[in-house]
Amino acid sequence: MSIDVRHLKKSFKGKTVLDDISFKVEDGEILAVVGLSGAGKSTILKLICGLTQPDSGEIVVSEGDIAMVFQYSALFDSLDVFENIAFALKERKEFKNKYTQKQLEEIVAQKLKLVGLEGIESKMPHELSGGMQKRVSFARAVVTDPKTILYDEPTAGLDPVSSTMIEDYIVRLKDEFNPASVIVTHQLSTIQRCATKVIMLYNTKIVYSGTPQDMIDGGNEYTKQFINACIDGPMKVAGSD
Amino acid sequence: MNHSGIIEIFKQSATFALGKMLVNQTQDFFETLGEMGIRTWQVFYLTIKALVQRQMKWKLILEQCSRFAVDSLPITLTIVGMVSVIISMQVAPEMVKQGGEKFVGALMAVVTTRELGVIMSGFAIISMIGSSYASEIATMRVTEQIDALKVLKVNPIEYLFIPRVIAGFVMMPVVVIIASTFGLICSGVAAHLSAHISRLNYISSLWQGLYLKDIFVSLGKAACFGAAIAIISSTCGYLAYGGAKGVGLSTTKAVVWSFVAICIIDYIFASIFFF
Repeated sequence: MSIDVRHLKKSFKGKTVLDDISFKVEDGEILAVVGLSGAGKSTILKLICGLTQPDSGEIVVSEGDIAMVFQYSALFDSLDVFENIAFALKERKEFKNKYTQKQLEEIVAQKLKLVGLEGIESKMPHELSGGMQKRVSFARAVVTDPKTILYDEPTAGLDPVSSTMIEDYIVRLKDEFNPASVIVTHQLSTIQRCATKVIMLYNTKIVYSGTPQDMIDGGNEYTKQFINACIDGPMKVAGSD
Repeated sequence: MNHSGIIEIFKQSATFALGKMLVNQTQDFFETLGEMGIRTWQVFYLTIKALVQRQMKWKLILEQCSRFAVDSLPITLTIVGMVSVIISMQVAPEMVKQGGEKFVGALMAVVTTRELGVIMSGFAIISMIGSSYASEIATMRVTEQIDALKVLKVNPIEYLFIPRVIAGFVMMPVVVIIASTFGLICSGVAAHLSAHISRLNYISSLWQGLYLKDIFVSLGKAACFGAAIAIISSTCGYLAYGGAKGVGLSTTKAVVWSFVAICIIDYIFASIFFF
């Protein structure tokens, strides 16, 4: 078992965001977390990777690195692409002086090749397009060969072609590293092309759990509203009443 | 009118809004103060630990030293030089009138080594370096770069705070020595031009006003200023939230807090060593 989330509860300033959330993700599986904006999807990712702590409940993640691809890439803008990708290998104590400069160059080149961006090591993040930045952040995330990969809206703000490319890379990373992955997304295409299972959040709870195909074929009244993008339905957008 | 009605009316009043603002500001003040205390302790502890384990990030420290001293020097020299000239232009002619031309150099030496050089350099460093530390770290915070650091298992305190604080602690005295020397040269030129005080007269008087104690206290104060500016600016940036407005607010906060902090540190030093 790679990620095991049990009875998770999280509140911010007295407002409960997640309540009694439980799910499991095995190695090689990709779980898509969907829901309306503000449903607590990104909070789940932050809880899994330890950026924030739960009020109660338990998260068990198998040994090995956890990597995260952030919504807006979060590349270090004062460092070039090489420094960004090699960052963990150069700065983390356990890797300190483990690799020579030549080895680092080889690793970075290999990771860049994986995301189809050979030869851009010396470029600064601001010189890259949004899609390229995202792919560099993929390369940075997998530089330590993680066992768990978290994606926070990986296709947000990208054109359809770039989105498809990103989805391909998610599948490729799964094939390459066999990690347990969690994707927070609003895109049906990402769910269809990448996910092996789906959970839907609404009003602090999981309101649907199943496979992408089941969700598209029928699901329940929540998933129907989400897929058909209807205003009318059991889910109310905050501030729409 | 019932009880809840009165409360509702009170909640819409200016008094309530003012009180609420005051409470929020007070809460924010103590939260920031607490955070600074925590960060100071973490920086101190992790610096000792890194020194013992020989894991100090020397490259980052050197980068920050260069930024702290070299980048800030033009503005620091301009401010200290101009203020020295202004004071000398006003004081020298008056002292000549009173027959005290032999003491102009000594007076400027005392003023510059004890206060002017160090406090004016502090103000220049805050506006040039402190604000850039705060805005840089705040931008990293709001663009999730600090979260990325944590996910990559790199401690933001070790990576962002320690190099800046060490650079401030080490380089601020260097900046103060250069700026004070420049200030004394400028005030000598101004004294000569405004009150015809000879170069020889000014220099011999200058040595009479230079005390080793003043110089060492000034350097100690400068080191404390440098470390305080770095910790305060970095903490304010680290606590930023929201978007562009959050970055702006944190930068303003860093500048205001740093100004107040160096005034308090200056007062403490003056009370201990010159009172």
